[in-house]
Amino acid sequence: MRKTLKATLFYVLCTLIVVLWMVPFVVAFFTAFKTMDEIFMLRNFWSPPKTWTFENFKVAWIEGRMGRYFINTTIVTAVSVAGTLFLSSLSAYALAWYEFKLRTVILMIFVSGMLIPFQMLLIPVYRFSVVTGLYDTLIGVILFHIAFQLGFCTFFLRNFMATIPSSLFDAARIDGAGAFKIYSKIIMPLVKPAVAALSILEFTWIWNDYLWSLILLQSDAKKTVTIGLTTLQGQWISSWNIIAAGALLAATVPVIVFLVFQRYFIQGLTLGSIKG
Amino acid sequence: MKKKLTPYLFLAGPLALYFIWVIYPIFRTFIVSFTRWDGMTKPRFVGWENFVRLFNDRYFILSLLNNFKWMIGFVILSIPLGLLFAMLMDQKYPGHRVYKSLVYLPMALSFVVIGQIWSWVLEPSGGIVNTFLRWIGLENLAKPWLSDPRIVTYSLIWAALWRQVPYAMVLFLAGLQSVDREHVEAAIVDGANAFQRFWYVILPELRPAMVITITVNIIDSLRAFDIVFVMTRGGPYYSSSVMANYMYIQAFHNYRMGYGAAIAVIQFLITLGFILVYVLNVLKREERL
Repeated sequence: MRKTLKATLFYVLCTLIVVLWMVPFVVAFFTAFKTMDEIFMLRNFWSPPKTWTFENFKVAWIEGRMGRYFINTTIVTAVSVAGTLFLSSLSAYALAWYEFKLRTVILMIFVSGMLIPFQMLLIPVYRFSVVTGLYDTLIGVILFHIAFQLGFCTFFLRNFMATIPSSLFDAARIDGAGAFKIYSKIIMPLVKPAVAALSILEFTWIWNDYLWSLILLQSDAKKTVTIGLTTLQGQWISSWNIIAAGALLAATVPVIVFLVFQRYFIQGLTLGSIKG
Repeated sequence: MKKKLTPYLFLAGPLALYFIWVIYPIFRTFIVSFTRWDGMTKPRFVGWENFVRLFNDRYFILSLLNNFKWMIGFVILSIPLGLLFAMLMDQKYPGHRVYKSLVYLPMALSFVVIGQIWSWVLEPSGGIVNTFLRWIGLENLAKPWLSDPRIVTYSLIWAALWRQVPYAMVLFLAGLQSVDREHVEAAIVDGANAFQRFWYVILPELRPAMVITITVNIIDSLRAFDIVFVMTRGGPYYSSSVMANYMYIQAFHNYRMGYGAAIAVIQFLITLGFILVYVLNVLKREERL
């Protein structure tokens, strides 16, 4: 009897929370499928569409150029994630397996750098991009993401490497394996789960980035999805259905990645206990 | 000699990038904060002038106070709610994974999308919040959430909590894994009720998770930017402005780089204390490894 009561309470409360949490999604979903007529007639954000239309997605994708922005974001995200994971695995390796003078200092620099307010970097990074010609190029944004995410990734991978028994490392060393060989042939294969978790987290963060694209990009051809969405808001001010379709399009990729690889995402968040 | 060099060889590439894009800019911003600079002509050294002006700038003070509202809002709402959700969904009834996935979902979204969706949720005439309030007869509670200067900041915090609460929940769920089941069982044997078990057994063991979650929430509240910028740009009349947003506007809309840098420095110094708390906690955990 007590058991059923407890189970009932669990399901009632959980359902209540989830329903409450899903309301904003439902609002966006309904709006994205409404016709323009319905938007202008009813002007509400809660009723389901009377006639469902896919037209809005087409308009957002083609006329709103979301398709173009998608390609840019895909390039930026893929290259940034790969770059930052590779470089941080190098620094994590050094910090996890070698005793040297500056070890703690360097680790602390990486850890505290990942927490500083972005505003502290905006002006110099912007200036640097302008001076070096990296301004308004995707590579400029990519290099920034790689560099900035190094702090979190190094910290994360180093912690994971510290859980690998050092006997493995020592044995390889005694066998005469070179440092890079130990890194690539012994340590990296063992770190794969951490790399998986990390890549999902980084993917989501970089895909969803807004501020750095805002600061470092200018021309329409270079815009990323998040910036493109704000452009859409400016162009189709009262066509809420088009904007909603754009917002759903922008959300699709990270939401699918998140749902499919959720286990890694959560592992990543808890292992790292911090987000960028 | 060769052995000594090895770690530095591995670190050379990553550190070089990190210095160019993170470490050097931090120092550079300090220097810029002591100048008057439009970003084009030569910067002019002005000493403490920017900082003195800041504390006489009522919009900056307003932004600073709004950041404290964010901080308090995050701590008193996202911590208890996150903990409550975590305690609830840690009960492993069939389906608990589905519930968790759905609550986590906002964490996958960009703040631009979150801001857009919430501006519809809070829309005064056809938004779901006001419609619901009118429907249950609480019409006088239906407010222009994003255009009333007195409440706009709270509305933004509310929207941000949609993503922040699940995040706190994840951290607490991780913390709950390390709570010793045997202690809880022992308390049951001793006749402790659910509340006593929570208060005297679980909560003390959650202390490390609690410190990290509170610190992270405070750091997040102090660097809130995207959601404010996307939903209100800090308006109406700077009433929902926060430091990050005010800095951006001063530096990149008004071309007052020195003044913007000074705002960033203040924001950084306030955050620094909490960053130190976090780093020290992490290092303590390291020693135990």
